[in-house]
Order: sequence, then structure tokens, then C-alpha cells
Amino acid sequence: MVGIEHYLGLAAVLFAIGLYGALAKRNAVVVLMCIEIMLNAVNIALVAFSRFLVPEVVVLTGQVFAIFVMTVAAAEVAVGLAIIILIYRNRQTVNVDEVDSMKW
Amino acid sequence: MTSFVFYIIAIILVAAAVGVMVMRDVFRAGLFLILSFFCVAGIYVLLNADLLAGIQVLVYVGAIGILLMFAIMLTQNIEVGNPAGSLNLPSLLVALAVLGFMMYVIVAQDWGMLSTTGQAISVKVDDSTITGIAQALFDKDIGFVLPFEIASVLLLAALIGAVVLVRSKE
Repeated sequence: MVGIEHYLGLAAVLFAIGLYGALAKRNAVVVLMCIEIMLNAVNIALVAFSRFLVPEVVVLTGQVFAIFVMTVAAAEVAVGLAIIILIYRNRQTVNVDEVDSMKW
Repeated sequence: MTSFVFYIIAIILVAAAVGVMVMRDVFRAGLFLILSFFCVAGIYVLLNADLLAGIQVLVYVGAIGILLMFAIMLTQNIEVGNPAGSLNLPSLLVALAVLGFMMYVIVAQDWGMLSTTGQAISVKVDDSTITGIAQALFDKDIGFVLPFEIASVLLLAALIGAVVLVRSKE
């Protein structure tokens, strides 16, 4: 029987994969994609808690939280991609380690 | 049966996420990302979240996936590809440390279930969640009406912000 541990473990693995990519990748679009993977992992954990918190019942607060996470993720992707396209237009690159003019 | 489907979907999901990391072509990495979004929708179906599965396909696969594809094609740099930067090994170690810590907590914790839902709005397992989610969002006393309105303002601000950012100056 698949319990909450399995879903939380899946969420943890996904989160770790996304964390590695967000830290290691050079392409800014790929970094944004990895952040989406991390947000999806968090959503899986929230929905798993909403399903398994009380037996035989789905407590819907967790799913409402997941809907808000999706809303914020959509807004974040829209603004983030606009910024990335603007950087590409000005510098002809989307590599995060070449965009370092604000680095001290 | 449910556990069999869970393992199939989980394996495809993790493989797709790993594919996003190892693909040299950014476009193919984006396609793997869309596959992983679909698999997350399948996980939601297994977790009795039918409305969320639909939203996942509409918002993530339909909107965010297409937006990412547009961004990839507008900024494509074929010869550079999708390599890891100079922080490859440290970030791998950080990710493994975080994974180990989370796995330790998940295994060590005793996930005892509650016996009552208290005030929270709930539906029975295998029932549709749509009316319940509407109640949980818009209930007069324990709903999320103010966060809902703030979310709409946030989306409007993001929309205007994106248009202002990429609009050409002349």
C-alpha cells in the first residue's frame, strides 16, 4: 500500500533534482525550469498531506494551498522570462555567470 | 493496483526530471519538463485531486510549458547547449545533503493520522473535490477570500510588468 511516505519521498527526490539544477546550470531558462520542478515537488507534498492527514477523507486546505502555489508560479514564470528575454536582447547571452555586472 | 500505477508514474517523473538535467539540447530539456508536468498531473489523480490535475495540465503544460518553449526558441544558443557551470560539484553535494536530510525526516517521523478534520472543509475519498474546493476558497468564516483577491492583483501586476519589460522603447 502506498502511503504518505512514498509521496513525500518522491517530492523530496524531485526537490533535490530541481535544487541541483537551479544551482548548477548556466542557462537562465533552464534555471527557471528547475525552479518549476521544485515548485511541483512542493505541490505534490501539499496534496499528499491533504489526502493522508485524516483517513478516508480529503482535507481540502492543502489543495487550496497548491492552487495558490500554481498562481504564484505562473506569475513568476511570466516576469522571469520577460527579464531573461530582456537580458538576451541587451547582452546576446542567457548564461547566468556572464550576467555579473552587479557582482561586487 | 494503485501502488503499481504510482511506481510507474513516479519512475517516469523522476526520469523526466533527470532528463531535464542531462539533456545537452535546451529544447529537449523543455520537452522533458513538459513530460514531468504531465506525470505530476497523474500523481494528483492518484491523490484524489481531480480539479488540481486539470489545472496542472491547463496551467503548467498549456501555459508555462508553451511560454518556456517560446523563451527557449527566442534565446537559443545552439553551440552552448545546456552545460553545468563551475559550481557543478558543490551544488551536487548541497542537493544530496538536502535530499539526505529530507529522507531522514520522512523515514524517522511517525506520520500518525489525525482522527478528525476539525474546522477544515473536506470531502470523502473518491468523491469529486470541485465543490469542496469552492467552499474552502470562498467560505465566509474559514475561506481564503482575501488571498484569492491578492492573487488576482498579483497576476495583473505580473501581466503588466511582463508587457512593460519586453516592450520596445521607441
